Amino acid sequence: MLDSAILGIRWIGKTVLFPVRILGRVGLFLATAIFWTFVPPLKVERLIRQINFIGAKSVTIVALTGAFTGMVLTLESYYALERFGADALLGPAVALSMIRELGPVISAFMITARAGSALTAEIGIMRITEQIDALEMMGLNPFRYLIVPNLLAGIISFPLLASLFNVVGIYGGYVVGVKLLGVSSGTFFGEMPQYIDLTEILHGLYKSTTFGLVVTWICCYFGYTTGYGAEGVSKATTRAVVASCVLILVCDYVITSLLF
Amino acid sequence: MKRFDLELAVGIFFLIGIACLAYLSIKLGRMEVIGYKGYAVYAKFSNVGGLKKGASVEIGGVEVGRVKDIKLDPEDYTAVVTFLLNPEVKLPEDSIAAVKTKGLIGEKYVSITPGASERAIQPGGRIRETQPPFDLSDAIGRLIYGSPGK
Amino acid sequence: MIQVIDLHSTLGKQKVLDGVTLKVETGEVLALIGKSGVGKSVLLKHVVALMKGEKGKVLIDGEDITTAKGRKLEELRSRIGFLFQGGALFDSLTLFDNIAFPLREKTKMDEQKIREKVLYELEQVGLKGMEHKFPAELSGGMRKRAALARCMVTAPEIMLFDEPTTGLDPITAHSINDLIKRTHERVCFTGIVVSHEIPDIFFLVDKVAMLHEGKIVAFGTPLEIMRSSHPVVRQFITGGRREMEDVFEPIIEKLEEEFRAKGKCTQEKKDEKV
Repeated sequence: MLDSAILGIRWIGKTVLFPVRILGRVGLFLATAIFWTFVPPLKVERLIRQINFIGAKSVTIVALTGAFTGMVLTLESYYALERFGADALLGPAVALSMIRELGPVISAFMITARAGSALTAEIGIMRITEQIDALEMMGLNPFRYLIVPNLLAGIISFPLLASLFNVVGIYGGYVVGVKLLGVSSGTFFGEMPQYIDLTEILHGLYKSTTFGLVVTWICCYFGYTTGYGAEGVSKATTRAVVASCVLILVCDYVITSLLF
Repeated sequence: MKRFDLELAVGIFFLIGIACLAYLSIKLGRMEVIGYKGYAVYAKFSNVGGLKKGASVEIGGVEVGRVKDIKLDPEDYTAVVTFLLNPEVKLPEDSIAAVKTKGLIGEKYVSITPGASERAIQPGGRIRETQPPFDLSDAIGRLIYGSPGK
Repeated sequence: MIQVIDLHSTLGKQKVLDGVTLKVETGEVLALIGKSGVGKSVLLKHVVALMKGEKGKVLIDGEDITTAKGRKLEELRSRIGFLFQGGALFDSLTLFDNIAFPLREKTKMDEQKIREKVLYELEQVGLKGMEHKFPAELSGGMRKRAALARCMVTAPEIMLFDEPTTGLDPITAHSINDLIKRTHERVCFTGIVVSHEIPDIFFLVDKVAMLHEGKIVAFGTPLEIMRSSHPVVRQFITGGRREMEDVFEPIIEKLEEEFRAKGKCTQEKKDEKV
């Protein structure tokens, strides 16, 4: 009787400790990475490579999704606003939702899908083929060579891509709103500056910068701690993408509620 | 060659990204890159409900300045609004400032109706005549409940 | 000189190393044999502190690497070359850049000197003219050769080989063993080779140690191991087949011949180097 009670309590302890341990490891990983960010020298060449990989190569997909997001948003908002005769607010409505919310979030999703998964797979394969061990054997710190350039590239690329997403989206909205739905071009653009402050734009930038850090951090962590073999890498990749997407939405909520 | 292509790609990416960011913050966010130049005048309103810093100041629908600051006068509980006006625009002393709304539910802005006086308001001076904004909910209330006299 | 003293290590819940004690003299090459999954690679990784045990020491020329940190660890590791199972070449770099990598990152050598050194090492492993290929374009054997060149470029005093011939056809495997032997004759490193190639590996090494159930059960010269009566060793080197015993005599004879010639050679080479 007593034995089974102790067993039960032990089980509770175990289930509580497990996520705590994981969180601790993930946190420690970030702390180590941040430590090595500030220990010179910075591997500029790796950084440029990763900005190219995470940022420059995502331009097309981000622009494409941005255009369609802006277009559908305009269409939806138009039908809603038209009922109140408030179609003058179409431009500001589209621009505000893009800048504050959709730009940072959807572009982060797209980059996670395109670059985040590849990041996990690449680092995971380097782990299982012992390339990370080889780096350590040469006396070179894997964080400096692999993790730090990725984190920095994420922090730099995400806000730039989100801005691109916003601009393309707003112009996508312009095409639908002005050319298809017949809202006057002056109303569409003219009203925007009245409603958008620098704070809104900064708000969006805080978000996308945070997402950049979170996504690259999570993707690097899962790659770095990948399990054995091809199965390990595939599992790590799936987990990294899912965890990144969930965390994007969680952070989005937290930041929005903090900044309001 | 390969390295050059890489740098070119990253360079182009940076240019595109920063151009987009600049477009958003300067065109839409009204970031003042050089700072808005102009002279300050102020006016006292009994009510400025909804007016924000940065709102435009217009004469006959043409923007001539911005709202720089809104404060409460602790002595007579009126709102003190400071404007920054385009130096080329000289306001006659008896001009009237009014808080107005764009459209039915749009943004609040300040409209100035110039007077006929020969003397202009000096920088730091005051626009004496003001009108509070037209309060939509107040008007609807009066319409529904009628004036108490009837 | 490498000394492993009473090393204990656990992977997950399984005790892999249970008090391993081992000694490799300077200039000697040791073959580490044992069944798959017995922990040979694990032991090798402990020697360079890529894995940490819960108890025991690993001394590299008298200095404990298990407790070394930061600069000290870096310095100790810089004396050791490690040939990983798959070669562990960096996929994103060409062969030339791979081999130049440790030089570029850890030394202040100028590009001209690096070029000479890299091309020399590539020639030594028989990959002349391949420097612009990427690892993905190479066969398994070539990757091992390239990886060996990358290790040798920093002139390590100690070389560790993690199953250098696994997954290769017999001819390529033989050529890799041959390459290791020639490289040893050239630079006279202290080495440990994890291998299953019996009896091929015996012609390459000075000492053999057999790992079984977390302990070293047999240690000696290849000749002593061939003649060992220890049942586990006996079973391992014959592969459990009785008819293998018949071919032992010629191998032992050949080993004796080889050993006499080689033992001297190593000593002399070492003296020359010093």
